[in-house]
Amino acid sequence: MNSNLITCQGLTKIYGSKAALDHINLNVGQGRIVGLLGPNGSGKTTFIKLLCGLVQPTSGSLEVDGHTPGIHTKSLISYLPDRMYFADWMKISDLADFFADFYSDFDRVKAMEMFTALGIGAQDRIKTMSKGTKEKAQLALIMSRKAQLYLLDEPIGGVDPAARDYILNTILTNYSENSTVLLSTHLITDIERVLDEAIFLQNGKVVRHDTVDSIREEEGKSVDQLFREIFAYSV
Amino acid sequence: MNWKLSEDRPIWIQLAEQLTLRIVSGEYGPGAAVPAVRVLAGEAGVNPNTMQRALAELEARGLVETRRTAGRTVNEDMTLLRRVRKELAYKLMDEFLASMTALGYTPDQARALLQEKEEESV
Repeated sequence: MNSNLITCQGLTKIYGSKAALDHINLNVGQGRIVGLLGPNGSGKTTFIKLLCGLVQPTSGSLEVDGHTPGIHTKSLISYLPDRMYFADWMKISDLADFFADFYSDFDRVKAMEMFTALGIGAQDRIKTMSKGTKEKAQLALIMSRKAQLYLLDEPIGGVDPAARDYILNTILTNYSENSTVLLSTHLITDIERVLDEAIFLQNGKVVRHDTVDSIREEEGKSVDQLFREIFAYSV
Repeated sequence: MNWKLSEDRPIWIQLAEQLTLRIVSGEYGPGAAVPAVRVLAGEAGVNPNTMQRALAELEARGLVETRRTAGRTVNEDMTLLRRVRKELAYKLMDEFLASMTALGYTPDQARALLQEKEEESV
């Protein structure tokens, strides 16, 4: 429980002249559901991409399960990107084949159960799906892996409230005791009660990292309210 | 019964309160099994770690016990359950009296009014 799954020290990523992440120090343990919260352009996606090994840090260190992102960590991580990467001629059954080939921890039965529950047929083609349905399908695939770390970049942004509840419930019931879910979002009200911890990012810096309950205890307000205060635009 | 969670207070405290209510009201009777953490967490739509914390609080207060084989059960000690229920009732009455005072009634007037209402509804 206390062993850290993610550790980073002085983690910095600079794009051109802009620091997307600026000397981040963070530890995230196992068996946690962690919200990565911040306004647009605060570095949420950059942080997730660094964890996936899709981009390399400019300086500082980053470890997942004691390893720098690479072949080992990729086998532990199930990643939901902020945009769809599937070819749109594929059918749901093709995607399930694709995942079964790629990932040894993919549970096809579970994926099919989730597709059925979400009203997605095995013969449905990606091309014919709405934006929200595509997102649901993708998330069902991602959550059907038995991963150590789920990185979900805006998992509930484009789906309707009923599907949102289903997805959050899926996250709650599927993650195992030693796997961690890190999800980025700005729809805080919806996910607040699901989270253990919240990480607030602002301009590439961590401005707060605490458990949801201690934020409520200390501030006497919800994480959502605190977010609105921290990130308020001056008029 | 549904779970009601408000915005401003720690979630685990609210869960502990509502679980206590379920126990003293007899929804989970003395000696009965308390549903598993994951089941309760799923029902309330909260993180299992948070539900776990609420149950640990009830355990510390002696309302539930963990048995190695049987999971969690409600304490069979009726005097404890009655005492907790009475504490909750006192708290509600204090709140009631405070609200009545805010309306300008003295405690005596509030009592008389309560009696009047009871007689009316008979």
